[in-house]
Amino acid sequence: MILTLDDTTSAGINAQLIQARRNQGVASGLVFTMIVVADTWDFDRVLRACVDAGREHPSRIIVIATRTETETGLDATIRMGEDVPGEVITLLFRGELAQHRRSTLVPLLLPDSPIVVWWPGIAPARPGSDPIGELGTRRITDAMGAPDPQQALRERAASHSVGDTDLTWTRLTRWRALLVTALDQYPATVRSVTLSGNRDNAPATLLAAWLANRLAVPVEQLASDGPGITGVVMHTDAGDIAITRTDGALAQFTAPGLPCRTVALRRRDINDLLTEELRRLDTDEVFEATMETLSERYRREGEGA
Amino acid sequence: MSDPDRPNPLQDLQDRRVPRIPGPCALVLFGVTGDLSRKKLMPALYDLANRGLLPPGFGLVGFARRDWADEDFAQVVHDSVREHSRTPFREETWAQLMESIRFVQGTFDDDEAFVRLKATLQELDNVQGTGGNHAFYLSVPPRMFNQVIAQLTRVGLTEHSPGRWSRVVIEKPFGRDLTSAQELEKTVSSAFPESSVFRIDHYLGKETVQNLLALRFANQLFEPIWSRTYIDHVQITMAEDIGIGGRAGYYDGIGAARDVIQNHLLQLLALTAMEEPTSFTAENLRIEKQKVLDAVRPPRDFARDTARGQYTGAWAGGVKVRGYLEEDGIPQDSRTETYAAIRVDIDNRRWAGVPFYLRAAKRMPRRVTEIALVLQPAPHLPFTDVAELGANAIVLRIQPDEGVTLRFGAKVPSTQMEIREVSMDFTYGGSFTESSPEAYERLIIDVLLGDPPLFPQRAQVEASWRILDPVLDYWASLPTTPDPYASGTWGPESAAAMMAASGRTWRRP
Repeated sequence: MILTLDDTTSAGINAQLIQARRNQGVASGLVFTMIVVADTWDFDRVLRACVDAGREHPSRIIVIATRTETETGLDATIRMGEDVPGEVITLLFRGELAQHRRSTLVPLLLPDSPIVVWWPGIAPARPGSDPIGELGTRRITDAMGAPDPQQALRERAASHSVGDTDLTWTRLTRWRALLVTALDQYPATVRSVTLSGNRDNAPATLLAAWLANRLAVPVEQLASDGPGITGVVMHTDAGDIAITRTDGALAQFTAPGLPCRTVALRRRDINDLLTEELRRLDTDEVFEATMETLSERYRREGEGA
Repeated sequence: MSDPDRPNPLQDLQDRRVPRIPGPCALVLFGVTGDLSRKKLMPALYDLANRGLLPPGFGLVGFARRDWADEDFAQVVHDSVREHSRTPFREETWAQLMESIRFVQGTFDDDEAFVRLKATLQELDNVQGTGGNHAFYLSVPPRMFNQVIAQLTRVGLTEHSPGRWSRVVIEKPFGRDLTSAQELEKTVSSAFPESSVFRIDHYLGKETVQNLLALRFANQLFEPIWSRTYIDHVQITMAEDIGIGGRAGYYDGIGAARDVIQNHLLQLLALTAMEEPTSFTAENLRIEKQKVLDAVRPPRDFARDTARGQYTGAWAGGVKVRGYLEEDGIPQDSRTETYAAIRVDIDNRRWAGVPFYLRAAKRMPRRVTEIALVLQPAPHLPFTDVAELGANAIVLRIQPDEGVTLRFGAKVPSTQMEIREVSMDFTYGGSFTESSPEAYERLIIDVLLGDPPLFPQRAQVEASWRILDPVLDYWASLPTTPDPYASGTWGPESAAAMMAASGRTWRRP
């Protein structure tokens, strides 16, 4: 069911929500509120990702967009039932109201449960002190959604505060799992690491930081044609442990004395990433430590330049 | 595999994003042509690969009588994955899986076939790097276990050597009574130590067990009423709306009690009634389950506290269905029960005097598995003309639509003082199950990781038979056949009488 409310208010939306729930007889098992700031991003793609993530995490999802050049007002739609397990509310802020979005959002937050804010595109420089970001217990940004991902990652590292995460990190989960397995299967002391990836691939930079943080060895980062990260080679005394992936889908795992093994290592789409990201809402200690290493590296580079 | 003295520097226990991927290994499927393999196991393997959980260095070996080449078997796997997998089909995942697939043709009495199986596994070790680790999934009738295990032992595939493992997966039924269960165990344990034996109850996924544990032990709300002080009785139900379908050969002579109560319902009872484990390790969980199962007392008066039935032909849910005796392959004089209900008591401080009613049946009005804790009536009602009020209940819904329902009384608005029962429902999300892993994915990954399973261990299987055996003996001693009940109804008269004996009634689930 999709309800359209033109020129409405928070109270108007709340009244419709209660009405709709009563008509549908849906019990409210929603686990959190997610605010999606979709100013600079493809609205339909955002909506699809939200509906997908909502399947695993039934929640109230509020997608907001802004149009400043028109008359002041608020247009809303409410989606419930059918293919949406929770509730998806879209809000279009017009005119002057675009400056006061937070005042509209506060009455629409679910009681008690956590609040997630997601910027699929360009995020504010300091998400933790953004008026909408402040509402969130968890703030999700995506450096890869910015025009210059490496620069965006640098900004993230500089402004990082507890509760911030970036989908750059989520993109690395499978790589990291495979690297852990590689050292499980071939437990050797790593002397240094060479990592290659597309020049503007922010996840490559973050993966290098994670490896440096965990292994405490030099990590060299090379530019390749991609797509994304194309290989990680861990140098050991007995030879190289390598995971290479040149087609963005299928990786080869080699280690000294072991047969070459093929393993699927697909680049994941945004729906997948968001679903993983929402699975845990507590602090990710490993990410915190990795960001620390990364900002340390940026600081050193800054001093060297 | 990983060495405790040299921890993997990339691994971090705080890192809860990174999933644990098993070490290199091969999985051997016996009974690849069966429904279970095609509909569940093969798709689960693919889904695991798709989620990035299968190790680099994996092998899948099918063993069956069919005259197939590796490619034919791969095609079978491909088709079953296409049809039944939960996650989308991706070429790269299939490419990874396809490389690992082998087929060995043979029968269980064919010594040569097992020599070929061994050679195939060695070839996989060399080419795929499966590292000499093997899991054997016996998706075959229990009477074959003996032969398969003897053959595996004969060719040396069950030997344990350092740095390599060998595990076995078996499915219910674990025997047909205590004696046969013990015999089965003897066969299995002759080749595999208890820690390498994975018994699975596919009705009861790990996810469900963990949901139940979380509800009971992560909350303060339920524990205070979870005892004889507030609970009047407990009803554990597994109702199926289907008949026996094409499984006459399996079902006849087994019946609802052996098929479902012995494993599934008694496991649910254990999880509901046990004390809080000191931790959620498999070992501590096992201790608590074992304790409570040992405290379960079979019915005192069999005639009063048990009921059995057999479905007859009728219209059920808008379809005309056959009775049990008219099903294909069922003898006219079969006395196998398709409805079984028993009352048991738990002799401990928490539950003394609280009966647990277990029922399992086929051709019920709808499919439902649930645990209902029915509370005692309120000691005093300060309202004068209140019509009869049902008891409060906490209902743990297992399937379908997993969740929790609370039933309590509420005043009907704008009446004098009329109170009506209402339900408060919690559901694990409408389409939630779509993205949550199948029970078989959890199971396979546990086997490959060597995680001690949450599934019943030997002692629990035997304790369950000790509870059920006297009932089965009593039923066998009766000159009569099970009480008939029309398909699509909630069971025979005798089942209602069994509850009425203590002034209670079955809930309509």
